[in-house]
Amino acid sequence: MTTRQWPWGLLPLALLAGLVVLVTQTGLLDRLRGDFPPVEQLTVTRTVLSPEQITLHLVNGGPDPVTVAQVVVDEAFWAFTIEPSNTVPRLGRATITIPYPWVEYEAHNVMLLTSTGLTFEHEIPLAVATPTTAGSLGVFTMIGVYVGVLPVVIGLLFLPLLRRLSREWFEFMLALTAGLLIFLGVDALHEAIELSAEVAPAFQGVPLVLLGVMGTWLLLQMVAGPRTRVEGAAGRFSVAWLVALGIGLHNFGEGLAIGSAYAVGEAALGAFLVVGFMLHNTTEGIAIVAPVAQDRPRIGTLLGMGALAGIPTIFGAWLGGTAFSPLMASLFLAIGVGAIVQVVVALFRMFGCAGQGVWRPSTAGGVLAGLVVMYVTGLLVA
Amino acid sequence: MSDTPLSRRALITRGVVGVAGLAAASRAVGAAERHLVHPVSAHDPSLSATVGRVTRGSIDPMAFLEHFEYGTISRLPDGRTLREYRINAVDREIEVAPGVMYPAWTYNGQVPGPTLRATEGDLVRVEFTNAGTHAHTMHFHGIHAARMDGVYEVVHPGQSFTYEFTAKPAGLQVYHCHAVPLKRHIAKGLYGTFIIDPRVPRPPAREMVMVLNGFDTNFDGSNEVYAANTIPFAYHHQPIPVKKGELQRIYMVNILEFDLINSMHMHGNFFTLYRTGSVQPSEFTDTVMFCQGERHILEFTYEDTGQFMFHAHQSEFAELGWMGVFNVVDGEATA
Repeated sequence: MTTRQWPWGLLPLALLAGLVVLVTQTGLLDRLRGDFPPVEQLTVTRTVLSPEQITLHLVNGGPDPVTVAQVVVDEAFWAFTIEPSNTVPRLGRATITIPYPWVEYEAHNVMLLTSTGLTFEHEIPLAVATPTTAGSLGVFTMIGVYVGVLPVVIGLLFLPLLRRLSREWFEFMLALTAGLLIFLGVDALHEAIELSAEVAPAFQGVPLVLLGVMGTWLLLQMVAGPRTRVEGAAGRFSVAWLVALGIGLHNFGEGLAIGSAYAVGEAALGAFLVVGFMLHNTTEGIAIVAPVAQDRPRIGTLLGMGALAGIPTIFGAWLGGTAFSPLMASLFLAIGVGAIVQVVVALFRMFGCAGQGVWRPSTAGGVLAGLVVMYVTGLLVA
Repeated sequence: MSDTPLSRRALITRGVVGVAGLAAASRAVGAAERHLVHPVSAHDPSLSATVGRVTRGSIDPMAFLEHFEYGTISRLPDGRTLREYRINAVDREIEVAPGVMYPAWTYNGQVPGPTLRATEGDLVRVEFTNAGTHAHTMHFHGIHAARMDGVYEVVHPGQSFTYEFTAKPAGLQVYHCHAVPLKRHIAKGLYGTFIIDPRVPRPPAREMVMVLNGFDTNFDGSNEVYAANTIPFAYHHQPIPVKKGELQRIYMVNILEFDLINSMHMHGNFFTLYRTGSVQPSEFTDTVMFCQGERHILEFTYEDTGQFMFHAHQSEFAELGWMGVFNVVDGEATA
């Protein structure tokens, strides 16, 4: 397109701008709206419990401003302050602070009463003090190391075994990797869509997940795609790095979910759960090294890949434990899914290289085995 | 937190939160009328109330408390007293909690409607005009003719109807709209107190009227707000002055919708209960239950000064607004 072609786009744009002015400035909008009461929509994005205090972070995801007139905690009107203002504009945010003697390990209910008499309820299913950033980074780091970093590194140690396998069994392991990733991707997508239900309607949870998945996939495809199509070791290394990146992005989302569950007391991270996650995530290490099993990667390279895949769990846990919001969590989970899709596509291209079609007993069996392994180890974390 | 040892850092944090909580609380509650000390913890009783004050309500709760409408009085040829009242039904947005507006249906623009008062045997004439947008009536409790019962004579918007009957029996009655759907017409504010004094007057006393009501602001079939006289916590934010040693008489009417029962509990004292405003005392108690439409006269005297709470003993109703305080003082009581 040359610069001479651009003006052709201006006419419809100018007409559209004119129409917007017409609708908004001439009172036409008021006639369209009629005399209906305002539509109110408030979503609590985050709850912070500190000693004798409940803090709620709100977002107005509806079309009209909402004025919070009163706060009712456990069926009792209660003193509160709201910043920056009682009236929350469209897509605006506010923070409500309630001096309330909440009871540890019990449920509470906060209801916001708006100026029009509408009510928005927020459940606190199990009250525990929200971890403060400084106090709990250590705990979240431990969680990240145990469920993210160590299992992935242990998984990498399958490399010597993979190297000694025949061509069929190696293909089987590659396909197993693809199966593992498909399982992870579907699982994470499910979680992202589930979480997106809690996102304020204006932020369109499910389309946002789609944007995260497609955006990440297409971006990676554009940037890294050509490298994975290079023949030989260079291409295989690119795939391995991509697998590590994809798993890293996925683990960030997973860390976010674990951190937030831990923070709100929903997950008692018992020994069993940690062990389950360790087994589950060890398979991720296998996925990383499988593409380069025959290429004798250096220790430094392997450690780099392990770090890329595992360490994001720690950051995810930090963020999830201290500043969780459903919007952020579903977006990051979706980004992880997009990365996984890209990796799976690259892996399938590797099967095809043999020139005998994609689906042979070794590959089909491998994918299936990957799904089964994930399902079985997944039982341990359920 | 109980199993977490208090570290030095935790103690410092707690101190900071305490100060912040205090600042927030005093901003929220306002120092003005409340008698309580400054909040020092989240357990401070003054935190358990609405924030701010109602400024766009349909009544002044202090004025309403002691105001009675005796009507336009004239003498009939047979020597009886005629009392004439004019009541208009009007739609009106009223503030039912600070900052919360409610599209009420009202008698004379106020919820509760005016407290009508007559003496047993008087001829009562009520000229009722429906200036609202829905059909309404006035249904008086008492003994009267069927056609004066305000049920089948539906008064449509713009129409009028004159209710006429002899005030009987003596006691504490109630009036409310009986148009259908009944529940909605009552819940939206069409009710008031109707006192029929006995021919032999009750002993002199300081008299008050309290209509126990509530508002379903989101129309989900349950009340968000409870009150004595419409405004939640009105007599908690501004306690009712009571003179020590002076006989107090409350005409208390329960017109609450959605909740089957209501109650009145008085602190630091007992009251004599006159069921449905009978002249015969029936109980000496500190807690009485009211079914929907039930009403009783309560008489009591405080022999001690200080702040005495009164409220529904359904704790939920109390904490959602049906709660007040008597401020008992020596000598002349002033608001």
